[in-house]
Amino acid sequence: MKNLLKIGSALGLGLTVIPSVLVFSGTLSWDTHATLMAIGALLWFATAPFWLLKDEPVETD
Amino acid sequence: MTNDNTRSLTDRLDAINEFDREPVTQERLQGRGDFIGLYSGEHVAGTEFVIGPLFVAHGVTGSDLILGLLLGNLLAVLSWAFICAPIAVSTRLNLYWKLRKIVGPKLLFVYNIVNALMFCFLAGAMISVAATAVGIPFGIDMPGLSDLYPNSIGWVLTVLAVGGVVTVLAILGFKQIARFSKVAAPWMFLVFVACGIAVLPQLGITSLGDFWAVADQKIWTGAPLEGRSQFTFWHITFFAWFANMAMHIGMADMTILRYAKNWKYGFFSAFGMYLGHFVAWIASGILVALAIQNSGEIAPGPIAYLGAGIAGLAAVVIAGWTTANPTIYRAGLAMQTITPNWKRWKVTLAVGVMTSITALFPALMMRLLDFVALYGLLLMPMGAVIFADFWLLPKLGLRQDYAEWKQVVFSFPAAGAWGLTLAACWGINVIWGLEIFFLGLPGWFIATAIYVSLSFFQQRNSAPESLNHPSREVA
Repeated sequence: MKNLLKIGSALGLGLTVIPSVLVFSGTLSWDTHATLMAIGALLWFATAPFWLLKDEPVETD
Repeated sequence: MTNDNTRSLTDRLDAINEFDREPVTQERLQGRGDFIGLYSGEHVAGTEFVIGPLFVAHGVTGSDLILGLLLGNLLAVLSWAFICAPIAVSTRLNLYWKLRKIVGPKLLFVYNIVNALMFCFLAGAMISVAATAVGIPFGIDMPGLSDLYPNSIGWVLTVLAVGGVVTVLAILGFKQIARFSKVAAPWMFLVFVACGIAVLPQLGITSLGDFWAVADQKIWTGAPLEGRSQFTFWHITFFAWFANMAMHIGMADMTILRYAKNWKYGFFSAFGMYLGHFVAWIASGILVALAIQNSGEIAPGPIAYLGAGIAGLAAVVIAGWTTANPTIYRAGLAMQTITPNWKRWKVTLAVGVMTSITALFPALMMRLLDFVALYGLLLMPMGAVIFADFWLLPKLGLRQDYAEWKQVVFSFPAAGAWGLTLAACWGINVIWGLEIFFLGLPGWFIATAIYVSLSFFQQRNSAPESLNHPSREVA
């Protein structure tokens, strides 16, 4: 399960940044890039909290 | 000397920090990954959407920007590693308790209030940043670069709504949001990168080879916008170095670095500097160049939308929210020293209201460079005091932590170093015209010299045998 979540997170980050490179190279429209980034954001926030957060974060106060 | 009022004040201050008065123990030290994550997250914030564009507005050239950021961020990392981290890992105390030993509780009280006010203004800027994104779907006019006051009813309502949500969340669940911000950090950094790359073709850059030629013409042109001063390599260097002056040479990050396994962990601040204060500032500068080219609105929300659409707006809101939230919380902690009988939620509410009101004024956001420089300068002298007290006083045969040892409640060497340094910096600014971005460097040496000199004067009548055995705290 944890591995699946990690794959989902990696996909989310991939969808966040890779489309912009494709826009730069002229192989993807800006609109599609914006849509894929929104999907990437949803994917990241739906999966990352479940494996990224540790029990004992560094205290900052 | 102590009296009832002083004991009351001391109790109030100590009660708020009761869980932080002991040095961090070995088993609670944190690993490298925690510090990399912490620094990366803390320095990829909503305000990066403002700072990069302001460099463009100040007419910096591309080469000055890149070289200035490389050098300035390096100096910032070295300041964390060589000035802040060694004292943090030797004492294992946070800034509050270390400073209390040196300056006494009454002077610490004054420092806390100044700190809280600065936190409120900083959180206000972050709420303004988030509001520029929230307002877009509602078609609200955004403030421009030259706007100092609220420009529409829509803006006022948006800021108050965002400020209200941030305040309520700060009251309800600070710790959960602090954890959420760690999740958001890697995504947010990539949003900056993606925004910068995706808009390059619209600026006429279709290959890497075009970049510098077009950047010189359209992004970092070397010509400031109307009403803005000309920035040079030195402005960028010093701004990058001192953007977090309160944290490194001001010693506020002792609170974090006391959890480090050794002082070399200070070098992990490089992740924050070179991801946030290099890549993100460059990316947001590219975005604002497109906004200027399109004659569009120059505010964080609109420029992020140009780069990433809805995801860009979400990044601005999340970045502003996650950074404003702990800032309001910390301001609340500091403010609680004035209102000891208030519940924590009441103090946070009061701070949130004050912060939201300051956020109404876009001047705070649009003049962020000046505010950040002022914020660091105001708090820096106390960092110099800690440095001098820890390293220099023992070498000169003087006692460290003199206020604690002598039960002094208001250390005049520290107060003198603070006040006279700020007065000297003001004088340097007025007489020689040295801009605020550069004042931190002479200010640090002035503060150190004044504190050491006044400590000589203060301790000259103390018993020699006690001064010859200073008690350096090593965990």
